Amino acid sequence: MKYLDEYRDGRVARKLVEEIHRVQTKPWVIMEVCGGQTHSIVKHGIDYLLPEGIELVHGPGCPVCVTPLEMIDKAHSIARRPDVIFCSFGDMLRVPGSDGDLFTIKSQGGDVRVVYSPLDCLKIARANPDKQVVFFAIGFETTAPANAMLAWRAQQEGMKNVSLLVSHVLVPPAIAAILQSPLNRVQGFLGPGHVCAIMGYREYEPMSARFKVPIVITGFEPLDILHGTLMTVRQLEAGRAEVENQYSRILDREGNRSAQKLVCSVFEIADRKWRGIGTIPKSGYKLRWEFREHDAERLFDVKEIDTREPAICISGQILKGIKKPHDCPAFGTLCSPQRPLGATMVSAEGACAAYYAYGRHLKAERENSTASLVGGAA
Amino acid sequence: MCLAIPGKVVEAFDQRGMRMAKVQFGGIVREACLEYVPETQVGDYVLVHVGFAISRVDEAEAHRTYQLLEELDQLTELNAPVVDEIATRGDKQ
Repeated sequence: MKYLDEYRDGRVARKLVEEIHRVQTKPWVIMEVCGGQTHSIVKHGIDYLLPEGIELVHGPGCPVCVTPLEMIDKAHSIARRPDVIFCSFGDMLRVPGSDGDLFTIKSQGGDVRVVYSPLDCLKIARANPDKQVVFFAIGFETTAPANAMLAWRAQQEGMKNVSLLVSHVLVPPAIAAILQSPLNRVQGFLGPGHVCAIMGYREYEPMSARFKVPIVITGFEPLDILHGTLMTVRQLEAGRAEVENQYSRILDREGNRSAQKLVCSVFEIADRKWRGIGTIPKSGYKLRWEFREHDAERLFDVKEIDTREPAICISGQILKGIKKPHDCPAFGTLCSPQRPLGATMVSAEGACAAYYAYGRHLKAERENSTASLVGGAA
Repeated sequence: MCLAIPGKVVEAFDQRGMRMAKVQFGGIVREACLEYVPETQVGDYVLVHVGFAISRVDEAEAHRTYQLLEELDQLTELNAPVVDEIATRGDKQ
């Protein structure tokens, strides 16, 4: 496929790898922010191709992972209601709450539907005027315009049977939280390409300057990630700390203005709790007051549910780049994608789930045989 | 979750006042909303996320970046010898 295949070209990848080896002289820790980038890195074994001195650590950019357990439980209590059709992206269906997942609820008779686009909820609502159609609106800035359009259209068309359970999070506050942590190891970032397709990258510039870290907005294909890594290493080696754009075929500094405009008129900034990390001030969106008739949290009096994560789980430290999945004693034993204990195992884009999917839980058993693992189980 | 895929706009149409398109991804055609990329024409490539085109692919930039990567080894050859170890590790793939 055009604009995909050429960015998976092994011949060019090798040139990039050689150039990274040539440029790097000191050890560096670089975080890829997005779960999609983590998945691509582990799938293609990109971290194994890099010089030993360059460590890629995996960031918090998986919205499914960081959706707090309390919110999952709220979703489940709404989805169990007989007067509700509960719509969600497929990623959320297997995420366990305190008592089962959305699949369990569906099997028990709940009307749970997977949608491709938030706009599908409008069609479902028109066909089912006697039911309340609730959409589980999760995501980062990338998904916010699509979810905002659902609220906007529902309001414009006066569709009172459409509502959103909003759990939206934002990338820059999470990066700031990582950089402010006394345990921080991250020296440079591969920035989130699709988030910046919407938001542009202006807001990353003060952060890069303040914390003196390079941030290279990077795409998702193997060549994008290698290119972003090369640009970051060049900056680190030269003592520069700037925002650069590797993904220029998709985005510019300003981002998508018309998407930003609609997001801004539907959502406002709010404090959000991140699973594994805790509450980060001003790190998400909630619906504006004008859209309260479409706010599922208001429509359904869902009690605040107190939940506890297993003490053994180190997902919080993994999300901040302090630890890796195989540092966890539960990884691949007590904790697996079938029975996840915490944030980074619940979605395919979580670091633990990606490590597991590509056979890295076997790595501990085959220590010192790194070379044979290049390419992994992909 | 932030997965977005580039595809070619093969048809544009209006649906309840919204600008929509049929977008081709390899052998698959799906509908996508064009409201956020109003300047898009049939034949353009757009990046689609959860049924919304969020960006138009800049063909000139795509070409420029790819050329830059293609020419990397010329820089490498000018600057330093290729690291043998990498070639060896890469061959094991």
